[in-house]
Amino acid sequence: MADFIGRRPIWSLIIILAVAILVWLIFAIWTPGMEASFGRKRVFLSALFNGITLGALYFLVASGFTLIFGLMRNVNLAHGSLYLFGGYLGYSVGEWTGSWLVALLVAFLVVAIVGILMQVLLFRWMEGQDLRQTLVTIGLSIIFADLLLWGYGGDTFQVTAPDWLSGPVTLPFAVALRSNGEAVMMTYPLVRIAILCGAIIVGVLMWLALNRTRVGMLVRAGVDDRDMLSATGVRVQLVFVMVFAFGAGLAGLAGVVGGTFQSLQPGEDTRILLSSLVVVIVGGMGSIPGAAVGALIVGLAEQFGSVYMPTYAVMLTFIIMVAVLAIRPQGLAARR
Amino acid sequence: MALAGLDIEQRARPRESFGEWVARRGTAFWVVAALLVLMPAIASPFWLVQIIAYALILGMIALSLMFLAGYGGIVSLVQMTVAGLAGYLVAILGSSAITQISLNWPWWAAVPIAILVATVFGTLCGALSVRTEGIYTIMITLAIASAFYYLTLQNYTIFNGFSGFNGILPPVFLGVDWGQGIPFYYLTLCCVALAYGAVIYVSRAPFGLALQGTRDNPRRMAALGFDVVAHRIAAYGFASLIAACAGVLLVWYQRQISPGTAGVGPVVDMLIIAVVGGLSRPLGPFIGALVYVLLRTFALDVLEGLGLDGRRYQLLIGLGFLIIVLFSPDGLIGIWQRLRERYRRSDEARDGAMGGGGAR
Repeated sequence: MADFIGRRPIWSLIIILAVAILVWLIFAIWTPGMEASFGRKRVFLSALFNGITLGALYFLVASGFTLIFGLMRNVNLAHGSLYLFGGYLGYSVGEWTGSWLVALLVAFLVVAIVGILMQVLLFRWMEGQDLRQTLVTIGLSIIFADLLLWGYGGDTFQVTAPDWLSGPVTLPFAVALRSNGEAVMMTYPLVRIAILCGAIIVGVLMWLALNRTRVGMLVRAGVDDRDMLSATGVRVQLVFVMVFAFGAGLAGLAGVVGGTFQSLQPGEDTRILLSSLVVVIVGGMGSIPGAAVGALIVGLAEQFGSVYMPTYAVMLTFIIMVAVLAIRPQGLAARR
Repeated sequence: MALAGLDIEQRARPRESFGEWVARRGTAFWVVAALLVLMPAIASPFWLVQIIAYALILGMIALSLMFLAGYGGIVSLVQMTVAGLAGYLVAILGSSAITQISLNWPWWAAVPIAILVATVFGTLCGALSVRTEGIYTIMITLAIASAFYYLTLQNYTIFNGFSGFNGILPPVFLGVDWGQGIPFYYLTLCCVALAYGAVIYVSRAPFGLALQGTRDNPRRMAALGFDVVAHRIAAYGFASLIAACAGVLLVWYQRQISPGTAGVGPVVDMLIIAVVGGLSRPLGPFIGALVYVLLRTFALDVLEGLGLDGRRYQLLIGLGFLIIVLFSPDGLIGIWQRLRERYRRSDEARDGAMGGGGAR
């Protein structure tokens, strides 16, 4: 941190200023003049929170995606299908047992097993063949998409949130002032906040596991030099299978989460896949902090875009990707 | 400098006579060419336009992908988007049933500008994605393609959003209505032949040889003084030109264009077509396209004939694609070549056995 300020004083100043302005925008009561130029504060705040929580969802999907890529150089273009599969599965289990947490757990486990099967049956035989893996996963995603369409039809599904997570909460941000001078507070769905907290916990745990544990050390060593790691007697294949299972499981988990505050339908798989592609391109391949930064940027860009420039919302995300590629082709947080 | 670096070898080759040129193509080539030219006499209008012309158009888009992937080692998913943009521009600049947007330019102004703009767009996408390699290229071009799809879906002022454009009619000139079955078929065939010839010519020209060099060993080519990035961008430009022309044909064939034309599905389908056919030769994409069109058209009947659900043809395509990718990386062309190779080897072995093994 101090190192960054020392090296890039101007950038640090800009970032600090931007954060200060943002904090002020969030906490201050907007004057009528500001409301005239930026729209209502309620709209701004809900775009901000929706963007952050959407970013949390993208982080859950993209972190699994980037972990698998980082370790195995395996672009799994069926990752979106795993998300959708997890979502549908969570819906079925949730309807059957009535428990959201059980749905979450079952989706994680079952999709992790699917991931293990994919790794053992297919990808083990084509290590290092990038294009072939990509094509195989494209083929798989077509098959998955059609199987899911077969099983669940073209309807839209929504996973029901548990009672203790439903309903709004009041946040300590004033949206506007009543005529008697009393502040109107912001309310926001509790489930989205819980999901944000969950994503932060998952992210922190993943970062700790990667940086502070022996398994994490093996994984990072595998990313850097797989041959040397296997030469030291580590069973690299086992590490690969575990990481693939965990990454796939996260996609399944995210499917249930996404199904809770968005909806599930055919086509959602490609949408999520593309979002996570952009997230990891922006953040940097194989980096967990990169996935977090990228997910936040993409989520915010999508929400603010759809509020303030609806016709060109997609272009905003795209322009961010182009800008990042032009300045740092390896992504914002990648080391190389 | 670098673009013309390899032409000495080319000039050294003596010019071949017409007879040699004809002979060098082989019998199969001329049989297929004659068959294609005489097709209107053989095939019913349905087969002529719905199957063969459509397969030729899709094959032409896949050909532009094959050029990039086979000769440049660049797997770009943006080619269908280039074609889609050209189609959209024809609808916007020319005339369509959406009169409040279409500018009603004559076709000879709308079509060249559409092709030009789409080619520039494709080249710019190339300039953006050549900064990265391999998988990253696939991901970035996929992201660009989907951005275009969502833009056309959400934008109503220029692209007319979800419903797109309909009533786009092929032009009438030289006294011929090019929208009629047989003229349209010949127009398509002509464009495809030009594109096919151009790809073969460029692949053997100094530029194409240098491009294949950058595919095999970019560092060595850079050390030899070739500008690898410039070659790749130029390859994108050439491929985009082909894709743009095919896009114009596509919009005339369908008479309408909507976001779905260049959606994520068709973008991936194009990769499937090229890979299933084979990326090693310009012929591959056309074989892939023919297989794809036949599957799309008849899978429903065949599946229902077998007592299965006809809507599962997507599953069939996915499985077929997976099997080909797993077992034959060079697609159907690769299978054909391997079969021929095996046949020839067993032939040689038989000859060798008859000669008492002395031939070795």
